Order: sequence, then structure tokens, then C-alpha cells
Amino acid sequence: MSDTPLLSVRALTKRFGGRVACHDVSFDLWPGEVLGIVGESGSGKTTLLNCLAGRLEPDAGSVSYETASMGTVDVHRLSEARRRLLARTEWGFVNQDARDGLRMGVSAGANIGERLMAIGARHYGEIRGSASEWLGRVEIDLDRLDDRPTTFSGGMRQRLQIARNLVSNPRLVFMDEPTGGLDVSVQARILDLLRGLVDRFHLSAVLVTHDLGVARLLTHRLMVMQGGAVIEQGLTDQVLDDPQHAYTQMLVASILPV
Amino acid sequence: MLPVLRVSGLNKSFVMHAQGGLALRVLEDVALSVAPGECLALVGPSGAGKSTLLRSLYGNYRPQTGSIRIRHREAWVELANAEPRTTLDVRRHTLGFVSQFLRVIPRVATVDVVAEPMLRLGATPEQARDRAQFLLSLLGIPERLWQLPPATFSGGEQQRVNIARSLIADYPVLLLDEPTASLDVANRDGVIDLIRQRREAGAAIVGIFHDTAVRDALATRLHNVALPGAQA
Ligand SMILES: Nc1ncnc2c1ncn2[C@@H]1O[C@H](COP(=O)(O)OP(=O)(O)OP(=O)(O)O)[C@@H](O)[C@H]1O
Ligand SMILES: Nc1ncnc2c1ncn2[C@@H]1O[C@H](COP(=O)(O)OP(=O)(O)OP(=O)(O)O)[C@@H](O)[C@H]1O
Ligand SMILES: [Mg+2]
Ligand SMILES: [Mg+2]
Repeated sequence: MSDTPLLSVRALTKRFGGRVACHDVSFDLWPGEVLGIVGESGSGKTTLLNCLAGRLEPDAGSVSYETASMGTVDVHRLSEARRRLLARTEWGFVNQDARDGLRMGVSAGANIGERLMAIGARHYGEIRGSASEWLGRVEIDLDRLDDRPTTFSGGMRQRLQIARNLVSNPRLVFMDEPTGGLDVSVQARILDLLRGLVDRFHLSAVLVTHDLGVARLLTHRLMVMQGGAVIEQGLTDQVLDDPQHAYTQMLVASILPV
Repeated sequence: MLPVLRVSGLNKSFVMHAQGGLALRVLEDVALSVAPGECLALVGPSGAGKSTLLRSLYGNYRPQTGSIRIRHREAWVELANAEPRTTLDVRRHTLGFVSQFLRVIPRVATVDVVAEPMLRLGATPEQARDRAQFLLSLLGIPERLWQLPPATFSGGEQQRVNIARSLIADYPVLLLDEPTASLDVANRDGVIDLIRQRREAGAAIVGIFHDTAVRDALATRLHNVALPGAQA
């Protein structure tokens, strides 16, 4: 077992005006772990994810990340340029709204290829080859390679966003409802793909989802949020099978068996 | 043989917030230990807390107090209130659980569902598939089903797939919750043989067996389970 967490989060708090969106959140994410975040709408999941990835400045607390080659960095003390470099080379971020995670004005192929070029790929044929391969993996027809995401359905955009983020082999992916809005068979395919990456390449991830079935299949650990605070956490099967907090019990009781 | 699993002072209640915080006491001061080559059968009436105890041993249920220590990587590890990654590491290498029901993974072929735990332990895909196919045929799953996802299988077929998946890694400690519940006699005997082989090879086993024939065939000792306050 590794002795250094990949991500170490301490007492993270974020307010918007007077409203606390995220309160005193602490946890460690270990290499190869998938951490799920569940909770009701407005409970602070997206805010937390944005703070973890350095996209939002927290009011208090810290996020340190163990880089592949530069040692441990404090995500919120990095220069914007270095944070962007990290985001391009070691991370992925799948947005809740695919329009925020894609470049809507360029083709699907370019959306995927751009990530590869950001990590130094230059050979046009190879970039196009990888783009086609990933389009296939997320089950988008290859003849859509040159179409813009504006012409795609919501579910296709989400799949394109996932391909764009995974093509560069990130070490850590932040995912905000990655399978929301996908029909079940495509969702199963994406879950299968992500499980494979976690098993084979020890991909680590923080995954926000409202779907406890997705959480059960994909995550090792679960944090439950309510009103900006983490009210319960543990192994995913512990939280789902033996929920302790009133809110978690209600959440688990109100779904079909998973 | 020295025990490899030692449980003491284990207490578990379920607090049900939807019922106004009603607390249901299920385990009170449970103690047991199991050595390699032993199969401890949990016995007691329905609702007595047998599955609750077994799930607590697996780290699936969270007991309020008590100690669950297991030999893992040549050291004692405390499983009660362990860090998630500790429990996961113990489950990956040391502790297997055979539940009554298979949790189906969408779109994954049966042979890969079975092979997965061995792959995670670092086996090559060929080794894992060979072993998976060996176990599937031993458990009487017809070859034409191996490439299909088990979602559409019968209850008994799914249970045998589940057993194959849970036994593909040679866990030194095994927990079994009614492993033969939905099997016919022929398949039941196959499962008994497989589990007995594990026991004779030195696995420490804790099991729940409703079927007395299965219990007689496997158990080396009994452990009574009763709700707190009930006459054992
Ligand atoms: N940029 C912002 N400015 C002001 N308030 C914000 C902003 N972003 C989020 N909030 C508020 O912070 C709280 C948490 O929002 P957040 O988006 O993190 O919730 P969420 O858990 O992701 O919800 P959902 O499941 O609906 O996506 C909400 O009350 C929201 O209105
Ligand atoms: N997750 C849970 N939440 C709340 N109560 C639970 C939970 N799991 C078990 N219980 C309760 O604990 C008691 C013991 O249940 P358990 O499943 O351990 O019994 P058992 O001895 O395995 O019974 P059976 O032989 O019928 O399988 C029951 O009253 C049950 O309702
Ligand atoms: Mg959100
Ligand atoms: Mg039971």
C-alpha cells in the first residue's frame, strides 16, 4: 500500500456571499482509489470538486496533490500557469454540463486531439487515430469525427467530454455526474470503460453522482454531503448497506435495491 | 493451529432514524476465534443476527464497539473501525466473502466476472481466465454461457457464478452466507466439495448453512447466535 496520498484535503470551506457552499471538508485520496460524493441538489458537490481541482479559490483550508514528478504541491498556491499545466498533463475534469468541458466551435476529433497536443503529441495521423479510437470506445459513430459538438445530443456530448478527458491517460480525474443523461446501455459501457481504467492503470478519481448504483459499481469510498458538510463517509458498501446518518438512511431507503 | 481471526466484545445495533431513532440491538459482546483448517458454523433462528455478524467480520457493517483482528500480510490487523483502504487491502488479499446473491456487473462476460478478483491480485489475464473456466466447469455452468453477462441467468446459475468469483483467489479466511441456498442437490455437492477442499488446504472459514446436510459436511465447530435477551 502506498504511504503518500495522491490528494490531501484539509478543512476546506467555501462561501458565496453569506452562504456556506462547502464547510470544513477533509479527506485523503489514495492512489488507485475512486471516491464518490453523493448528496442532494445544492449540497456543495460541484463546489467541492471545483475547489479540489483549483478552479475555485476556497475561503479556508488546503488541497495538496502529489505530482508525478514535481513532488507535493499546494493546489491553491500554484501559479495559474502551473496549475493549468497540471490540469492538462495529469488531471481530467468531466463537467456536469458538457458544454463547459468541450470546445463547442471545433470538431469532435479536434476536441480529443487538443488534449493530446497539450501533452506534446504532434503527429497528425496518430492524433487522428487516437481520436477515432476513443470515439469508438465511447460509442460515437466514426463518421461524426469531423462534426462539431453543437450538432451532438446531450448524451453524445457527455461521452465526447469523457473521451477528451481520458485520451491523455490522466492520473486523477474529477467527474461531475459523468453518466447523468446517458441511456442505461451507454451508461453501462462508460462504467465498464472507467472500471477497466481503474483496474488496469490505477486511475484515481473523485466522482460526483446522484446514482447510488453507479456509486456501488465504480467507487471504493463514499462521502455523503448535506448543506455543504460531509455528514457520513466510509467504504461504499458500508455507507450503502449500513447507513448511519438519518439523511443517508433516507437516501438509501428511497431507491430500488442496488 | 493458532487462530487467524479473533473477535472480542463485538456490539452492533441498528439505529433507525425513520422510526424515531429506534435502536435494534443485534450483537452483544460477541467473541469467537477461528484457526486455519476450521469451519465455524453460525447457528441460530432467523433474525438472530448471523448475517449481521458475518457482514461485520467483512467490514461491511460497522459495529459500535469491539475488536475484529485478522492475520494479514503476516501481521495482526484491526478491522473494526479500520481505514477504508486497510479493509480493501484485507479483502483483496486475505478475506473472501460468498454472499447469497451475485451483484451483476452490466455487460461484463461471466468468465471475466469470475476472473476479476484474481486479476486484481496480479495474475495474468490468461491465468485468471483459465482458472475461471476451470471453476465454472467444476460448478456445472455450461460453456455456452461463459461469454454472456450473468444478468439473465437463473438464480442457481448466478449463485454458482458468485461462488466461482469468490473462490478464485485462495483467501486464507473465508466467510460464507448460505452458499448453497438456491442450488439443487448435484450442484450443492459440487460446492461442498470445493469448500471442503479449501478448508483442508488450511482456510479458516466462518459460515451460515441453513441446510443441515451442508453444515454436517463442512462445519468443524458451531457458534450459537441469539439476539440479546433471547434464550440461546
Ligand atoms: N458561483 C456561485 N455563486 C453563488 N452561489 C453559488 C455559486 N455556485 C454555487 N452556489 C451555491 O452553493 C451551493 C452549492 O452549490 P453546488 O453547485 O456545489 O451544489 P451541488 O451539490 O453540485 O448541486 P447539484 O446536485 O444540483 O449539482 C448552492 O446553494 C448554490 O446555489
Ligand atoms: N442493514 C440493516 N439495517 C437495519 N436492520 C438490519 C440490517 N441488517 C439486519 N438488520 C436487522 O438485524 C436483525 C438480524 O438480522 P440478520 O440478517 O443478521 O439475521 P439472520 O440471523 O442472518 O437471519 P436469517 O437466518 O433469516 O438470514 C434483523 O432484525 C434485521 O432486520
Ligand atoms: Mg452540481
Ligand atoms: Mg441471514
